[in-house]
Amino acid sequence: MSAGFNTLLYKELLRFWKVAFQTVLAPVITALLYLLIFSHVLSSHVQVYPGVSYTQFLVPGLVMMSVLQNAFANSSSSLIQSKITGNIVFVLLPPLSYAEFFLAYLAAAMVRGLVVGLGVLLVTLWFAPLRVDHPLWLVSFALLSSGVLGGLGIVAGVWAEKFDQLAAFQNFLIMPLTFLSGVFYSIHSLPPFWHEVSQWNPVFYMIDGFRYGFFGAADVAPEKSLLVAAGCFMAISGLTLALLKRGYKLRH
Amino acid sequence: MNAALAVRGLVKRYPALTALQGVDLEVQEGEFFGLLGPNGAGKTTLISILAGLTRASAGRAAVMGYDVQSQYREARRRLGVVPQELVYDPFFTVRETLRIQSGYFGLKHNDDWLNEVMHHLDLLPHAEKNMRALSGGMKRRVLVAQALVHKPPVIILDEPTAGVDVSLRQALWKFVQSLNRQGHTIVLTTHYLEEAEALCGRIAMLKNGRIVALDSTRNLLARADERCATLNLRGDVAAAGIAGLTAHGEGAWRFRFERYEELEALLARLREQRVTVEDLQLARADLEDVFNRIIATT
Repeated sequence: MSAGFNTLLYKELLRFWKVAFQTVLAPVITALLYLLIFSHVLSSHVQVYPGVSYTQFLVPGLVMMSVLQNAFANSSSSLIQSKITGNIVFVLLPPLSYAEFFLAYLAAAMVRGLVVGLGVLLVTLWFAPLRVDHPLWLVSFALLSSGVLGGLGIVAGVWAEKFDQLAAFQNFLIMPLTFLSGVFYSIHSLPPFWHEVSQWNPVFYMIDGFRYGFFGAADVAPEKSLLVAAGCFMAISGLTLALLKRGYKLRH
Repeated sequence: MNAALAVRGLVKRYPALTALQGVDLEVQEGEFFGLLGPNGAGKTTLISILAGLTRASAGRAAVMGYDVQSQYREARRRLGVVPQELVYDPFFTVRETLRIQSGYFGLKHNDDWLNEVMHHLDLLPHAEKNMRALSGGMKRRVLVAQALVHKPPVIILDEPTAGVDVSLRQALWKFVQSLNRQGHTIVLTTHYLEEAEALCGRIAMLKNGRIVALDSTRNLLARADERCATLNLRGDVAAAGIAGLTAHGEGAWRFRFERYEELEALLARLREQRVTVEDLQLARADLEDVFNRIIATT
């Protein structure tokens, strides 16, 4: 990778780190609030896997939800802000290739997602000590899933021309996909129709596979989940690279 | 001498309009070149294609011999562009902004040059300030500095003095002229035609996506065969009914002519009508007159 790529990555990391209160601390606190409320209400009523309390079950879901939402938010908000304020021109004028552009925004989004996820994990450990049965699976799902949503954030940031459009993308696609993905429950507890619908939600596989890394138990086979996550990552990456190569909505 | 910029048959079509309709242009190394035209003439589109921000529908463009599409890395390394819009990244200080821009071009340890650029643009006292804290003029200076971080041999300034105060304008031109003397090719677009007249050795005028004039500034000025006399007159000029005189403020009148015989005839007529000439100033047409005439007649 060129020095230009390193600089763009550094710039993107510095951008979110300079406002870490908003980009890291706030989502960690939000996830903690979810944990406190849901575990207080449901912990005595729900047990999903043998030997795993509801609060313990909830933590990996919240961690992954935070990873996904923040990876998406990082690339999409950086791009839409740069486009609307016009400073995207500083990235378009230098001799950066579309692949370097993609990788720098993707890597920064993944780092933010993973930093927030780690933050959520650390603060929730105090409430629910966790075991890690399969660390490699856990890391694989964290990386692939943050990559999928980071890539999707690039697509949304490039496509959107107004903050409204990005908000619509976030509210009508990302939020339902993450909330209806088994963060708070096992899909086996759902009625047949919603059980079937959940199986078409790729985020479900990301969370389920991630959870398998902790507990060694999951709603579907982890190999299947890994295949879905990897397939989504390749599809989103291919789409994003194709859009950037064409200069879609960036180089008119 | 090689062409710093070479444009051949450049066309840019948008769904609703054709912004460039087959532009051919060469700017030689070391030139101070002016690109003039009314709003919507296609100047910014042309610059955007050269900078790789916009893709041409047809034709070719090259910077220092490198095609802006197929050899974009080489072309962009040799080009610095000061955009027309006052844009900045609010997350960073002036120094961070310049270091980051420098890094995009692969230059890591570039602080000596960055300090020199900031010195010339009077930015050093503001180097550690966040971009948001700067005045509009200071932000404009940072834009100029950003275009220079990689010492590009070709520098395009797209209306760099729009909304800028006199002191910055003078400082900017002094710096840009010194860069030109060092061998940098400068391309300037501006609506301040007196700036173009004073700075540019050659000028292209665009209208509706076509070049309607391309010549040295001297030759363009020589095209203006019209002269203008400004007269301060005492007496009843209106009653005298002299053709060609137009009011130009209190007691002042303007008379445009091509041959001095016309002026002699005017003065004789004024004497006949007992109108006294208190002051008389003569001026050749300037670039603005030439520009207006070319744009109006093409």
